[in-house]
Amino acid sequence: MDVLKKTPVREQDPAVRATNFEEVCYGYNDEEAKLEATRCIKCKNPRCVQGCPVKINIPGFIAEVENGNIEAAYQIISESSALPAICGRVCPQETQCESLCVRGIKGEAISIGKLERYVADWAKANNILPKKAETSNGKKVAVIGSGPAGLTCAGDLAKLGYDVTIFEALHEPGGVLTYGIPEFRLPKEKVVAKEIENVKSLGVKIECNVVIGKSMTIDQLFEEGFEAVFIGSGAGLPKFMGIPGENANGVFSANEYLTRNNLMKAFREEFDTPIHAGSKVAVVGGGNVAMDAARTALRLGAKTYIVYRRSEEELPARAEEVHHAKEEGINFQLLTNPTEILVDEKGWVSGMKCVRMELGEPDASGRRRPVEVPGSEFVLDVDTVIMSLGTSPNPLISSTTEGLETNKWKCIVAEESNGQTTKEGVYAGGDAVTGAATVILAMEAGKAGARGIHEFLSNK
Amino acid sequence: MYRITKAEMLTDITALMVVEAPRVAKYCNPGQFIIVKLDEKGERIPLTICDYDREAGTVTIVFQAVGASTKKMLELKAGDAFHDFVGPLGCPSELIEKPVDELKKMKICFIAGGVGVAPVYPQVKWMKEHGVDVDVIIGARTKELVIMEEEMKAVAGNLYVTTDDGSYGRSGMVTKVLEDLYAEGKKYDQCVCIGPVIMMKFVCLLTKKLELPTIVSMNPIMVDGTGMCGACRLTVGGKVKFACVDGPEFDGHLVDFDESMKRQQMYKTEEGRAMLKLKEGDTMHGGCGHCE
Repeated sequence: MDVLKKTPVREQDPAVRATNFEEVCYGYNDEEAKLEATRCIKCKNPRCVQGCPVKINIPGFIAEVENGNIEAAYQIISESSALPAICGRVCPQETQCESLCVRGIKGEAISIGKLERYVADWAKANNILPKKAETSNGKKVAVIGSGPAGLTCAGDLAKLGYDVTIFEALHEPGGVLTYGIPEFRLPKEKVVAKEIENVKSLGVKIECNVVIGKSMTIDQLFEEGFEAVFIGSGAGLPKFMGIPGENANGVFSANEYLTRNNLMKAFREEFDTPIHAGSKVAVVGGGNVAMDAARTALRLGAKTYIVYRRSEEELPARAEEVHHAKEEGINFQLLTNPTEILVDEKGWVSGMKCVRMELGEPDASGRRRPVEVPGSEFVLDVDTVIMSLGTSPNPLISSTTEGLETNKWKCIVAEESNGQTTKEGVYAGGDAVTGAATVILAMEAGKAGARGIHEFLSNK
Repeated sequence: MYRITKAEMLTDITALMVVEAPRVAKYCNPGQFIIVKLDEKGERIPLTICDYDREAGTVTIVFQAVGASTKKMLELKAGDAFHDFVGPLGCPSELIEKPVDELKKMKICFIAGGVGVAPVYPQVKWMKEHGVDVDVIIGARTKELVIMEEEMKAVAGNLYVTTDDGSYGRSGMVTKVLEDLYAEGKKYDQCVCIGPVIMMKFVCLLTKKLELPTIVSMNPIMVDGTGMCGACRLTVGGKVKFACVDGPEFDGHLVDFDESMKRQQMYKTEEGRAMLKLKEGDTMHGGCGHCE
């Protein structure tokens, strides 16, 4: 073995997986995990931990993997993370823990994400549960939203002995883990449902079909006896470009396309919800959600394009997702921007007018601003367009809660360290506060919110 | 699970169901809607609330079988249950936010087409409970499709029923009744029209001429109903709106009905039908509950 290189992970063959929704990555087996764990040099001052938003004791759990004591490894991870099987799969480790790994200076970093996933999957297979609080303190806390922020906050509070109820607007818990991230990247039954069961095993109750801000307000939650509230309602509102033809049949937000497929399971025959898969699909955008939408369309049988206005270097998606998308045969139209969606007489998409771009001077975000190349207009032959331009927080809660301040992007104003908002007893975190970000950052905010609520209720 | 306490067939293809949903019943208002899902594998179907009983904790829905999911729902009996029932969603009717004194001075006409009678009913009932007399026009294709006439009679000021084929009540479309009423010397300050999109379109063309402000309730294809997916988007006064959170009620004189009608067809085209049939059987429909 070459200690400078990661132990390779087995993956489904690209040609095969392009036609199914099974998970792409198989993960490590016992031997591979042990082998990879031996590469870790167990630094005294582990830099990887600093790169982890929830500060998992990474060398600690890896040492247990090396010793073959996987249950101990799991309990070490569980001290910091409620959702290790999920994070091991969807965290951008390459820009967090693994980017700081000492091994990475001369060779490749330790595969921390794959090891985390291995430990979490092993615990599930062996029915190991996280440790529960010994006594309940009887104090009721409401958590709004059952995505990564809400689940983490609820799990941490339950471990401290609080009586926690999560209110979820949709009919299934999980938030973006359920409606957004597809099966082939994050299996729903095997991984998401199990992680949620773990959180429930800590005593957390989950009530679905309650839209806070509509079904009831935050003030009504306090009237019902909740002493503190955590808002983890995410950033659910899709953006559109505002170009002509965008309301044509066959134009969808990535949210709609993914929700139909993931939450409503339109890809499975026995489920009733339809999806317009399209035969030639353009996904506009370059983030992880765009990759998810494109790879979903591909699996539903479409020839699929990614249309992104900047160059490959600026693609906001994880390198691994871009790599997987290319392997599967997604066509990347980079430095390309749509200007109009062409519509046939029946109201359906018949093509997408685009213009080529080139990169000019850096803009406010520090990225080079794309400018149109004159005379480069062309029509991309597609029948379906999926807009994946990012999302913004849903105003349902902020608009119905007096005293809850939001900023100009409709994000809830909250302290980063403890999630405290401008309304007493109300804490918030995740995409509802930051705008669309990642699962792990939402979890970090969920942990901060739990700390804030614990402090608030301890001093009350 | 949300238990059904009463299930009644109003026509061969239309059912009324009373459902136990205490949270929804406690806070809902006329004009709002719910989303119902039959079973684990079912679609999420948006339906405008027809009635509610805050004390009993029940909500009444009325729906027509337009596709596989609503057809399956038609078979439910009292004692059965829906897997999911979420709401209230959308904004309450604009009119009930107005001061009652002002409403009492207004001459209001409600126009209900087909199953649109169901969402009109709670608004008219609310008016009656607040001492406001309103006129109601009910239109249906034929006699068998006229629903909730007795209930409406009990809460409406004047009730005019018409059928397209003349088999019951007046003869002709609801637009003809409104024209006739104006010819008979009636005049209104506000119209509320709920029914199939094509009907709302023609009512709005007429009321524009009559300079009669008209509110319509849109019920497009939806998935989540909370503003998340944008499937329900429509153009109102040149701006894109989401029916689920910005509506479902809009100024009918500003709605782009033609675009909405095309969008209703999203899962009904020949191509879509064939493709979906191949893939998942007979499930090609939008499930709006209002279209004929």
